[in-house]
Amino acid sequence: MLLIHCPYCEEDRSELEFRWAGEAHIARPENIAAISDEEFAEFFFLRNNEKGLTYERWRHIHGCGRFFNAARDTISDRFLMTYKAGLPKQPVPVAEEFAAIAEEKSVETWEQTEGDAR
Amino acid sequence: MRKYSVFAIAREAMRAHKGWEAQWTSPEPRGAYDVIIVGAGGHGLGAAYYLAKEHGITNIAVIEKGWLGGGNTGRNTTIIRSNYLYEESMDIYEHSLKLWEGLSQDLNYNVMYSPRGVMMLSHNIHDQQVFKRHINANRLYGIDNEWMTPEQAKAFVPVLDISKTARYPINGAALQRRGGTARHDAVAWGFARAAADRGVHIIQNCEVTGIRRGPGGEVQGVETSKGFIGAKKVGVSAAGHSSVVMEMAGVRVPLHSNPLQALVSEPLKPIFPCVVMSNTVHAYISQSDKGELVIGAGTDQYNSYSQTGGLQIITHTLDAICELFPIFRRVKMMRQWGGITDNTPDRSPIQGITPVPGLFLNCGWGTGGFKATPGSANLFAHLIAKGEPHKLASGLTLDRFRTGRLIDEAAAAAVAH
Repeated sequence: MLLIHCPYCEEDRSELEFRWAGEAHIARPENIAAISDEEFAEFFFLRNNEKGLTYERWRHIHGCGRFFNAARDTISDRFLMTYKAGLPKQPVPVAEEFAAIAEEKSVETWEQTEGDAR
Repeated sequence: MRKYSVFAIAREAMRAHKGWEAQWTSPEPRGAYDVIIVGAGGHGLGAAYYLAKEHGITNIAVIEKGWLGGGNTGRNTTIIRSNYLYEESMDIYEHSLKLWEGLSQDLNYNVMYSPRGVMMLSHNIHDQQVFKRHINANRLYGIDNEWMTPEQAKAFVPVLDISKTARYPINGAALQRRGGTARHDAVAWGFARAAADRGVHIIQNCEVTGIRRGPGGEVQGVETSKGFIGAKKVGVSAAGHSSVVMEMAGVRVPLHSNPLQALVSEPLKPIFPCVVMSNTVHAYISQSDKGELVIGAGTDQYNSYSQTGGLQIITHTLDAICELFPIFRRVKMMRQWGGITDNTPDRSPIQGITPVPGLFLNCGWGTGGFKATPGSANLFAHLIAKGEPHKLASGLTLDRFRTGRLIDEAAAAAVAH
C-alpha cells in the first residue's frame, strides 16, 4: 500500500484514503464541440502511460476531498512529490534531494501510529 | 522434432530418458526476417505458430526481453471462458475456446485444458438480471451458459456457503460448463516448441529498444540489444509494455498499465471441482492439479510497471473467499505475485493495423488475456499475413476510439474477466 502526502492536509496518509484520478495536466478543449474526432480521441482516450516518471492526479476522497497532482515513478511506485491542483507541472527533485526525502519518509509502522495513539 | 506419444515415453523409459531433445532452439538472430513479433508470451508465440502453420510464413523471429512465457502468460489464474455479452467479444473468445478444445492434439503438447466449468455467482437482483441477460445473449449466439439456483450451485460446488445469513448471500449462479482452466506454462512451451519446429526463431533476453521507420513512414525493422533486425512486418504483442513499445514507433495507444495480483495456497486434496467467480465481491478461485487453490484479486487503481501490488487488494479478495467458502478460512497462502495488465478504456482488446504501415498491434487484453491466447494468436497471425483483420476480430480496431464504436465490456462484465 502506498503512503501519500496530501498537500492540503500536509500529512502522509495511507492509499486507502485516496482515489487515483488519471493523468495530470490535461486541459479540456475550450470549445469541445468544435474539435475533430481525432482531437477528441486524443483528449479523451489517449494517455502517456509512462514507464518511469509520471504526472498524475489523486483525490483525497476520504480526507479533505480535494484533487491534487503528484509526480511518481511507475517502476518503483515511489512518490517523488505532490503539489496543489492548479500549479503548473513541477520539476522533480534531483537524485540527492530525492534520496534524502526517501530517507526521511519511512514506512508507516505500527509503532509510529497505533503505538503512539496508545 | 520427435513426436510426443506413449511410445516415446516407453522408448525413453528403456534408455534412462537420455533421448529427449530440447523443445526449442535459441538461435542468434539473423539480419532480417519476413515477420518480427515483439513479445514471446502465449499470444506472440501462438501468432508465430499460426503464421507458420496456416499462412506458410516461417521466416519469423519472436523477440522477447525476458524469457518466454515469463510475463502475464506465467502470471495469470488460467481461467478460460467465453460467456461475454457483446458479439465482438463472443466472436473472439468463442473462437478461442474452440481452439482450446483441440489445442493439445494440434500442438502435440499437453496443455491440460480442463473444461471443468466456470460458475459466476449472483448476489443480488441486479446480478441476477445481468447474468440472465448474458445467458440469453450467449445461448442465442450458440454459446453454452445456464442459470442455476443456489441449491444447484451448492450441489455443483459443495463447499459454497449459500445460507441466508451469509455475509454475501447467493441467489443463483451462471455456469458455463465448457469453461475451465489450462496449464499456463504448457501453453507457452507448446506454442514455442511447435513454432520452433516449423523454423521460427525464438530470441530470448533480447530487448527491443527502437522501431526503425523508412522515409515513407513504413516499418523497416527493430533496434534491439543484439543489434538491428530488419523486417517489413512487425507485430507488437507486448501486453503491459505495449504502450512503451508503440511509443518507439511514435504511436500513442489508449492503454493503462495496472498491476493485477494472484496468489496460491498450500496444496490441498481435491476439494474444488470448477472455477468460481464472484464479480460483485471481486474474488475468483479454482484448484490446480497440484492441489493449490488459485485465487485472483483485483487491479490496483494506479498505473504501474512494478509487477507487484498493494496488500489491501489481496486481503480484500481473501476476505471475500473466506466468506463464500468458510471451509478455507484456515488455509495458508503460499505465494503471491503480480503481472502488468494493459487496460483499454472500454476493457476490450485492440487488435488491428496501426497508422504505421507494416506495424500491427495486439494489446489491451487487460485482465483476461489468457483465455484468448489461441484465438487471439490465430487472428493476429491472419492480420499480419493478410494485412487486414479477420472478420471475427474486425471490431477490435484501434480506430474505434476515434469513431466511437466502443465494445463496452467494462460495464457488461461488471469487473473480473
